[in-house]
Amino acid sequence: MTASVTATVDGRPVTVPAGTTILEACRRLGVEVPTLCFLETLEPVNVCRLCVLEVEGSRALVPACSRPLEEGMEVRTDTPRVRHSRRMVLELLASAVDLGAAGPEVARWLAEYGARPERYGPPAPPAPAGARDGRQAGHHPGAPTGTRETLAQPVKVDNALYVRDYEKCILCYKCVEACGEQAQATFAIAVAGRGFDARIATEFDVPLTESACVFCGNCIGVCPTGALMVRREYEMRREGTWAPERQSATATICPYCGVGCTLVLHVQDNRIVKVTSPLDADVTRGHLCIKGRFGVTFVEDAAPTSDRGGA
Amino acid sequence: MEANGRAPASDPAERAALDEVLGPPPTAWLGGARREVDLHVASADARPGRDRLLPALLALQRTAGTLTPGAVHDLARRLDLPPSEVYGVASFYALLTQSSPAAATLHVCDDIACSLAGAAEVAAQAREAIGPEGEVGRGGLRWRTSPCLGQCDRAPAAFLQRTGEEDQVLAPVSLPWSAWAAPRPPAPTPPPPQVGGERRLLARVEVVDPEDLDAYRAHGGYEALRRALDLGPEGVVRELAAARLSGRGGAAFPTAAKWEAVARQPSRPHYVVANADESEPGTFKDRVLLEGDPFALVEALTIAGLATGAERGYVFVRAEYPLARARIAHAVEVARRRGYLGRGILGRRFDFDVEVRSGAGAYVCGEETALFQAIEGRRGEPRNKPPYPTAKGLFGKPTAVNNVETLANVPLILRLGGAAYAADADADATGTRLFAVSGAVARPGVYEVRARVTLGDLIGLAGGAPRGVRAVLLGGAAGAFVGPDALDMPLSPAAARARAATLGSGAVVVFPRGADLTAAVGRIARFFRDESCGQCVPCRIGTVRQEELVRRLAEGSPLGTAAEERALFDDLARAMRDASICGLGQSAPNAVESALRLGLIAGEGEGE
Repeated sequence: MTASVTATVDGRPVTVPAGTTILEACRRLGVEVPTLCFLETLEPVNVCRLCVLEVEGSRALVPACSRPLEEGMEVRTDTPRVRHSRRMVLELLASAVDLGAAGPEVARWLAEYGARPERYGPPAPPAPAGARDGRQAGHHPGAPTGTRETLAQPVKVDNALYVRDYEKCILCYKCVEACGEQAQATFAIAVAGRGFDARIATEFDVPLTESACVFCGNCIGVCPTGALMVRREYEMRREGTWAPERQSATATICPYCGVGCTLVLHVQDNRIVKVTSPLDADVTRGHLCIKGRFGVTFVEDAAPTSDRGGA
Repeated sequence: MEANGRAPASDPAERAALDEVLGPPPTAWLGGARREVDLHVASADARPGRDRLLPALLALQRTAGTLTPGAVHDLARRLDLPPSEVYGVASFYALLTQSSPAAATLHVCDDIACSLAGAAEVAAQAREAIGPEGEVGRGGLRWRTSPCLGQCDRAPAAFLQRTGEEDQVLAPVSLPWSAWAAPRPPAPTPPPPQVGGERRLLARVEVVDPEDLDAYRAHGGYEALRRALDLGPEGVVRELAAARLSGRGGAAFPTAAKWEAVARQPSRPHYVVANADESEPGTFKDRVLLEGDPFALVEALTIAGLATGAERGYVFVRAEYPLARARIAHAVEVARRRGYLGRGILGRRFDFDVEVRSGAGAYVCGEETALFQAIEGRRGEPRNKPPYPTAKGLFGKPTAVNNVETLANVPLILRLGGAAYAADADADATGTRLFAVSGAVARPGVYEVRARVTLGDLIGLAGGAPRGVRAVLLGGAAGAFVGPDALDMPLSPAAARARAATLGSGAVVVFPRGADLTAAVGRIARFFRDESCGQCVPCRIGTVRQEELVRRLAEGSPLGTAAEERALFDDLARAMRDASICGLGQSAPNAVESALRLGLIAGEGEGE
């Protein structure tokens, strides 16, 4: 195997170390390739298909996030075929999933690629609580004719620390990887069900408090769409008091143990509303434990009762 | 991994079922009784592999009629897996349930061929006898509709899962309800399959006792393996190359190239896999081979092992083929006993053995990498390619995976010689092909023909279509409809391509004049929606939108104009083809597209 490979991206030559993905090569050239299920700190699962692009000689489009660049490869990132598939991925997601909390980048792509989710008709009525759990594989009940089926369903609120709003879930698998093999090794959640009924679940859909969950919140840290959210942010958004423009971010070190994790305290109106850790922090790679992520509100004058047992 | 030590309890029958599949738990860490030594050591070596997961789940399902939380937790502990993962796998497969148990579940096929044969009536009877679909009703029974069961030649068909009993195929469903709902239903003997045509691959089917190794040998059996051992691995590949054998599973990849690629891989061990997960609607040719000539598959797989340097082969049979699975398992056992499998086969320095695995109800597991996932005890989610199976396949090792019919050609080629096999070739195809002909023909069955034979002649072999031909579905749900004008089309890949069709899996479903094609197209759209694994966006959501669109057209209530609906479909089809991970999503729009082109959907305004 050669130490480096040379290929072209949109006609521009690029030389990268062997094993570099197409996505990484594009980023080095400053070519934007949109991604949803990709995260620098996790292994690519190439399921959202938003990063697909054309590779000369390949019948189907190729996911940039997982495919290594090969010697002599001719990659095209902005052809009509590429733009069509990206538009459809965004449009299909927006037609079924609530992307409202997915951040400004997703909103920009939806506009840029011209996604029109309303083409599929008005949304079908939301599923009652629990109805999407435990559906028999291979027996999907369709939406009423003339409507488009969505993931709309009640939010799962079963603990004091965070909520799971699965109508915002694009099934990127990141939370499963962060809970299990690639960060926390807790394995409280997995992908269950099949097809449109595939979903993130604990065993038999038991509440998190009865699962193996240790409430590290690393699933929240990797969630790209706001489907997983700390309870305080969720409640402030519901009350209409969530105001990112009034928030400051202060980097500090976790006061609990000797590991020394980098914390970023998101403060609004002199209140810690969320704690995160940067993806590029040497110690954490974005991951924290229950104490760092949820246990620093003691610095406030009085913690609101809502953080004490969900009252 | 149960939090707070609060795992629900299993019952003794479930634990016994697990012991039977997994053996007794070796240590307390894996669910056994606690011994003094377990307090000091945790031996990972004793851990059974994750690949025992699907067999164990199937055993539990049979024992209790469902997968109880207690059993899932027990199994998780026994395999050292998280319960969430076990649940994730269990909830992927259609024949595994996590809801309340039924004494028996009847899966009533309502797919295209069975619908032509009165499946709706069977479903109506089931509803009346038991209650609403999917619920445990009268007599503790449950019924559900099912995708194609591969019994199209004996339609209408049903598949019966009984708690504590072997699975049973009812084809045709002719018994009165009281009979099969009884505690001990009679096991009806299905009518023998109709076979016809040139009968090279089918030579022994319905002629030679499929359970008798000596009879197999008396009809040319195991001559090919001897020849292969004389030729050596390279010699076998040379013969296949000379025969120009290409895969019969749908993709038509040259078999010699595949085997050679595996043989050359430095990574060890190598594996060979027979893909007997035949689930393409309208397809049942592999079933006839598996049930009628099982030793031939074992011999072919042994030759594949020799040629690719593999010591272990797997046969992955769909769960809905209990007779095929039993026949193959029997053939493997007899072959092992008689020295055709195991160590030092036929006195040579060649070791090879075969394991038979069962699916659990998932069309997508016919996709080769999803099939590996199922054997490995995972959700049947196809892997991105490359890497291809020849480099990284089963258990991440180089693997040659071949369709049953492809393998059936291998002993024939070695007996005839590759050049002789290819001698009577048609333009782009050597050898014969099996076609499963069903629907409105006089003698539904499996017919073996060469590529020069036309579609009309094939239907003639099946006794003709007494009620005329309105359309033919070629290649199953992943294939395409053709009109009566295609009856003069030779059955070659190139001729099919020229008509924007495919021979695919060899399924040929004939729709008579006046048939309800709208319903058939709707069923195909539902099929892909229900069988999508759910992993990638274009397929998971695209197949849902396609089904909604087809239903709007069928009910004559399009969103906007017909042209707008057509544009929407074209947009969906392009993205599913271009951006889906695997062949399921990529081929999901094929049949619907051909039906739109031919104007077969009634409410659409262009049809009859």
